[in-house]
Amino acid sequence: MGCELRNRVEAVEPYRIDAQGMHHRQLNETIRAALSAGYREIILDNVNGQRYIGAGISTPAYIEINGVPGNDLAVFMNGPTIRVHGNGQDGIANTMNSGTVIVDGSAGDVLGYGMRGGRLFVRGDVGYRVGIHMKEYREQVPVLVVGGRAGAFCGEYMAGGVLVVLGLDRLPGQPLTGDYLATGMHGGVIYLRGRVAEHLLGKEVQMFDLNDQDWKLLGGLLDEFGNYFGVDAAELKKDQYTKLLPVSHRPYGRLYVS
Amino acid sequence: MRSLLPPEYIVRIDQDRCRRCGRCVRNCGFGALSFEHSFWHRAKELFQGSTEDLQKVIAHVEEYVPDRVVADNRKCVQCHYCVTHCPEGAINIEPNPLAYKANHYWLPHYQKNIVKQAESGGMILTGSGNDKPYFSYFDHLVLDACQVTNPSIDPLREPMELRTYLGSRPKALEIEQDSDGEPVLKTKLTPQVKLEIPIVFAAMSYGAISLNAQKALAMAAKECGVLMNTGEGGMHRDLYPYADHIIGQVASGRFGVNPEYLERAAMLEIKIGQGAKPGIGGHLPGEKVDEEVSRTRMIPVGSDALSPAPHHDIYSIEDLAQLISALKEATAYTKPVGVKIAAVHNVAAIASGIARAGADVIYIDGFRGGTGATPMIIRDHVGIPIELALAAVDDRLRQEGIRNQVSLIAAGGIRHSGDVAKAIALGADAVAIGTAALIAMGCHVCQQCFSGNCSWGIATQRPELTRHLNPEEAGQRLANLLRGWALELKEILGSLGINAIESLRGSRLRLRGVGLSEQDLEILGVKPAGR
Amino acid sequence: MLLREGEVRIPSGCAVSAILNVKGRCINGEAITQSIACMRERSNGLGGGFAAYGIYPEFKDHYAFHLLCETEQGRLDAEELLRQNFLIDRSEPIPTRKVIGIENPPAVWRYFARVRPEKAVGCSSTAEGNLVTSVVMKINKHCDRAYVASSGKNMGVFKGVGFPEDIAAFYRLEEYEGYLWTAHGRFPTNTPGWWGGAHPLGLLDWSVVHNGEISSYGANKRYLEMFRYRLELQTDTEVVAYLFDLLHRRHDLPLELVCRVLAAPFWKDIDRMPEPQRRLYTALRQVYGSALLNGPFSIIVAHGKGLIGLNDRIKLRPLVYARKGDFVLMGSEESALRRIFGEPDEVRAVWGGEPVIVELEGGSAQ
Repeated sequence: MGCELRNRVEAVEPYRIDAQGMHHRQLNETIRAALSAGYREIILDNVNGQRYIGAGISTPAYIEINGVPGNDLAVFMNGPTIRVHGNGQDGIANTMNSGTVIVDGSAGDVLGYGMRGGRLFVRGDVGYRVGIHMKEYREQVPVLVVGGRAGAFCGEYMAGGVLVVLGLDRLPGQPLTGDYLATGMHGGVIYLRGRVAEHLLGKEVQMFDLNDQDWKLLGGLLDEFGNYFGVDAAELKKDQYTKLLPVSHRPYGRLYVS
Repeated sequence: MRSLLPPEYIVRIDQDRCRRCGRCVRNCGFGALSFEHSFWHRAKELFQGSTEDLQKVIAHVEEYVPDRVVADNRKCVQCHYCVTHCPEGAINIEPNPLAYKANHYWLPHYQKNIVKQAESGGMILTGSGNDKPYFSYFDHLVLDACQVTNPSIDPLREPMELRTYLGSRPKALEIEQDSDGEPVLKTKLTPQVKLEIPIVFAAMSYGAISLNAQKALAMAAKECGVLMNTGEGGMHRDLYPYADHIIGQVASGRFGVNPEYLERAAMLEIKIGQGAKPGIGGHLPGEKVDEEVSRTRMIPVGSDALSPAPHHDIYSIEDLAQLISALKEATAYTKPVGVKIAAVHNVAAIASGIARAGADVIYIDGFRGGTGATPMIIRDHVGIPIELALAAVDDRLRQEGIRNQVSLIAAGGIRHSGDVAKAIALGADAVAIGTAALIAMGCHVCQQCFSGNCSWGIATQRPELTRHLNPEEAGQRLANLLRGWALELKEILGSLGINAIESLRGSRLRLRGVGLSEQDLEILGVKPAGR
Repeated sequence: MLLREGEVRIPSGCAVSAILNVKGRCINGEAITQSIACMRERSNGLGGGFAAYGIYPEFKDHYAFHLLCETEQGRLDAEELLRQNFLIDRSEPIPTRKVIGIENPPAVWRYFARVRPEKAVGCSSTAEGNLVTSVVMKINKHCDRAYVASSGKNMGVFKGVGFPEDIAAFYRLEEYEGYLWTAHGRFPTNTPGWWGGAHPLGLLDWSVVHNGEISSYGANKRYLEMFRYRLELQTDTEVVAYLFDLLHRRHDLPLELVCRVLAAPFWKDIDRMPEPQRRLYTALRQVYGSALLNGPFSIIVAHGKGLIGLNDRIKLRPLVYARKGDFVLMGSEESALRRIFGEPDEVRAVWGGEPVIVELEGGSAQ
């Protein structure tokens, strides 16, 4: 399959791959071959559990996934856009450098671990330790937007970037996030639609009201979220939001003696 | 008889730095430092004229040659109070290299004790714990950590639980359903006391230590959510506000023990023995029994406070059961009753008997445990190491299926949080610290606690010395120490990949022995490193 | 000498999967095989296995002992131990086929047995359970390289060294019909793998599959030993199985509370509970602290009447729940559940320490 692709120079049509029963090595090899053949749009059908899709890819590309991609989707990815029509699993956007991942459904644990740039939008709920250790450096500011609820340890160790939890479609009484929200957070900002009970917060952060600059940033992200998922952003903007910020950049001052 | 004892230490005063402020002279509990007026005393001897002229001369001379501080080296115990507090850093204390001739067998302290006994005909008294170079099992045990197959846990960001309860537990719980079908507890648990850190302060009585020292321990216990222990000296009224964090000890002398005392304490402890002096009673000399000690111990001022070697209502295990029950009856079963014993050869069987006698907590004190006063020959040659005793007791209680019935406190030489973790891995629920707590308050382990001259204001009742210890500051030092150890324990748990202390308790698989014999390993229930 | 597994504790990683038909309707072993095969990345070919419930309707009141015997003498000794305590109504080799990738399998046997009347202490099911447990422990300890894979009624454990799908082929699982299936793919850290060390682990009607390593193994092991459990296999899964046996069967704690012991709420959460809940949960931790499973795990416990899924309390391992019609599915990855029946009616991640307890409708299989 790869050889046949190599001859194409410029592709206008999307390249379609039926991933049914395909091992991830074969699938990812095919994707890489399609990209080097000049295809810029790739559609993957019947994906179910194949790992590492988009791993380390630096070519500009649009990859559409029909199904549930496996763990480490967009790991080390640098530039492409991936749209998942389905749920995601664990470890999406792991150490991602840039690019966009949009997941129509829900997703698993440890999303955006060490993410240093790019954007991840999830329409539904996410699991534990989402946005863990996201970090920013100069112009590279990662963004992670969760439409539904987030599990415990959301934003753990967060060192930079923007994390948004909207908590849409919650059942009555369900909290926005699990326990230990933003524990160890020492950089970046978290926006919550509504508030969380104090006892769920990590000891390093506090809740604040939004200022104009926050609204500008959040408003843009809500618009983008609305565009991706057909949600009315104007309605979302009517709600109350809370901002979480680390209270100290060095919360561990009294921990050590020498 | 003229003493032939050479001074052990040489105190050197840097006369250039010394400003003659006199702080060291006033503060030395042992009277080792004084002002020497040598120059003008000499001048007075030499002068033959009128008194007025003498005054003039003295005034003149003093200006150029002021008094100087000199030391009586024989009195110095190297407690370092003067060294620590000299604002000029002008004092240095060195071991006297010529005190005894070097000999690998007739070590200096043997020679010294022989000389002392030859001069006095008495027993050598000492304080603190066994300082002899016995093998330390703690130093030959190492802890495990996680790599890859299971993750370590970050204790600073994720929950890490040290909370521990002391008390007896049933083997199983009975559950019933309430009217809504929700499960509720049917079993009625016997009383449990909570420790936020699995550490308690060892028993140190008012009498043995100062009220200020006891207050410091009580304040720290309250701040850190742990317990201090009255020792057998009763509970001074100043400690009442901290009573929820105080173990009330009932020892053979029964000092200060009345229903009110039993009622106040959070937990009771019958003291059978102590690691530094297994099988030995106590004796607080009458001169230490001042007004306050008298009131707290409920004995007349100036009378000796004698603690008999055994409890004279306990000559056998069934008698212990009787005293345990009596205490429980007297307090209407509202608090745990523990029993403290020294680690001796047959400790496992003894502990099993204690558990069966109805104790809720067993406190085992190893041979490194400290004391206010004991014959040195007992301190240094009786009893066994806590590591082996603890391992044997935990094994025995488990073999008999009664480990749940009692909590185990291990003590006797716990120096740092690593020792705490190792003791818990060997099977302890909590540890007790005495010497470490004293060091936190300032003690320099000079081992003269029995003398009542403690310059640090800890092991003394002399008002001019107890003033040296500020209870708030000492309490803060103790609380800081516990905080530091708690952080370290959490770090250890995190590296072990567990987030609750009970997952370390008795988990000897997380220990390995380095340089231990096969038999030691077998007793400790630990594999050698590399296996 | 290189210690074999069973003589030394070997940590391992894994994949787990389970299917339950809540109406007790039976399906053959193909669906569960596909599901676990979907997570091939999570195992390394050194261990795979399945537990199946409802597969022996003709012997549903017999204890079905599945044995893995590496030596004939071991099998004979085990059989003798069984005969001393049970009447064996049928014994036979478990049907297998040759499969590439399954090397040097031991003899796999099954015995359908009833407790000898003279051994039955009254009619107490607890006493009977204790007898079965003690015989299992004796075989595992004393019979040369013979291990009991399972010992429940109308159920069996099929396991060995290989990828799970190869193990399924070896045991011809497509020929069995069960209403409840669990599966395990193993990634042990030693070579070679060992048949007795493969999972699920079965004891009486319980079977456990587990992903992760239990860091509190030592504490749990010594706790169980107080109750006369012998941890001969030295696996974490064994600890889980015995804890369920102890807490539920012997101490009669409801399953929900067993889970709350194994993955206890944090003290800070217990302190916030209203009475009398707080009293209950405080007591559970005080009394059963040594049964707390600490470290990363997701476990699926099956028993004759249902299924339990449980994560460690800070959720260091994945577990996904799904429902499709009468079927409840659980597994390490969502894709593995979709592999079985396609788009589920409901799918969600299981949160840390949150037990998912599913029981057969009407309490037992048809």
